[in-house]
Amino acid sequence: MAEIIQEEKRQKGGKKRPRRGVARVDMTPMVDLMALLLTFFMLTTAFSKPKVMVITMPEKEDKPHDQPKIAANRTLNILLGDSDRVYYYMGVADPNKPPLPALIPTNFSKDGLQKILLEKNKDLFTKIAEYKEARLKGKIVVADTTADDYIKQLKIDDKVGPIVLIKPDAKAKYKDVVAAINEMAICNIASYAIVDLSPTEKEMLKSAPR
Amino acid sequence: MPKIKSVARSPHVDMTPMVDLFTLLLTFFLLTAVFIPMEPAQITIPTSVSAKSVPDHNLMTIYIAPNKKIFFNYDNGQDTSYHYRAQLLEDMGKQYGIKFTPAEIKHFSNAGTFGLPMKDMKAWLNVKNAKDAEQMQTGIPMDSLDNQLAWWVRMARTVNPYAEVAIKADGDVEFPVIKKVLDLVQSNGVNRFDFITTYDKEEVGLNDLPK
Repeated sequence: MAEIIQEEKRQKGGKKRPRRGVARVDMTPMVDLMALLLTFFMLTTAFSKPKVMVITMPEKEDKPHDQPKIAANRTLNILLGDSDRVYYYMGVADPNKPPLPALIPTNFSKDGLQKILLEKNKDLFTKIAEYKEARLKGKIVVADTTADDYIKQLKIDDKVGPIVLIKPDAKAKYKDVVAAINEMAICNIASYAIVDLSPTEKEMLKSAPR
Repeated sequence: MPKIKSVARSPHVDMTPMVDLFTLLLTFFLLTAVFIPMEPAQITIPTSVSAKSVPDHNLMTIYIAPNKKIFFNYDNGQDTSYHYRAQLLEDMGKQYGIKFTPAEIKHFSNAGTFGLPMKDMKAWLNVKNAKDAEQMQTGIPMDSLDNQLAWWVRMARTVNPYAEVAIKADGDVEFPVIKKVLDLVQSNGVNRFDFITTYDKEEVGLNDLPK
């Protein structure tokens, strides 16, 4: 108890008057309860809501149709293997047109995949980064939605940046695929897709250096 | 000089400021509380730079646990007048020829995430013991013979055509499993997915461009 009630000395003799009590409420139980509730709420509250990464996949069609033609010199293939292995190569691996391109091992670090993507996407990345910086410094004052639309248009208009094909192997982990898509977002890659490996690429991945 | 006598006082501490502070904090936590939802499995989600929050409503979430069990969650709609979950269970019951009682439907409305075959659904909704209920969560079947997940997705889209699809998968699950789920959802006319990730800030500016 935080409060010790002292017994006051009664006056000698005289009438027994009802002593005027001090209007003091013992608040200890209330504080106890509040501390308990407070702890409960603090522990159960989810402060950081999880985030989402929005992915739009190309529509599936029942009828097989012509694959959209992609300029081979703009194509950057990212192959994801088991145990977090990442490889890339430029162009198309066509078994009818040897030699096959060599797989270059890389990783998801700043000096790995990101460096290559930034190099290939320099043009568009600079445009977007400059626009964002100008907004940040207050040189351009527009609403967020307008800015998003502007960046989207920049991406659509881009004609030189890489077209990235993310090709996960049967043993590739989900987190690697997410990491690859994440790099696309960081490097402002205009067009990318998740594609299945071709048989040739499967062979290439098998014989790739570990 | 007379000695100064210290008067013996009751060791009473004034707790009013403390109570004030506690009340303030308690009110704050009460009002801002968004409870960590109970989840059927421990799922470690990957990180990304995306800062977009998970929508609160019009959402179906497909959970893929590390052991490849599939769980499903669906929200009740923007306010209490929608009853999307109740409608979903009734429709699924019709599909699988199971009739649910109003009490079962009510229980389902508040049940949160679930992952079990339809044949166990009735039993699961009547189980009193939370531990037993958890044991019954064996994952939603997704094989080609008995693709119940496809029906859940289809019915959920019928009940609420605005429902988005979120995927909450463990980072260590092999991608073909995810791909199978994505294909299944795509065959129900959804081409947009929300991959649930944790936010991890990574800024790359003009200075990072390779020279």
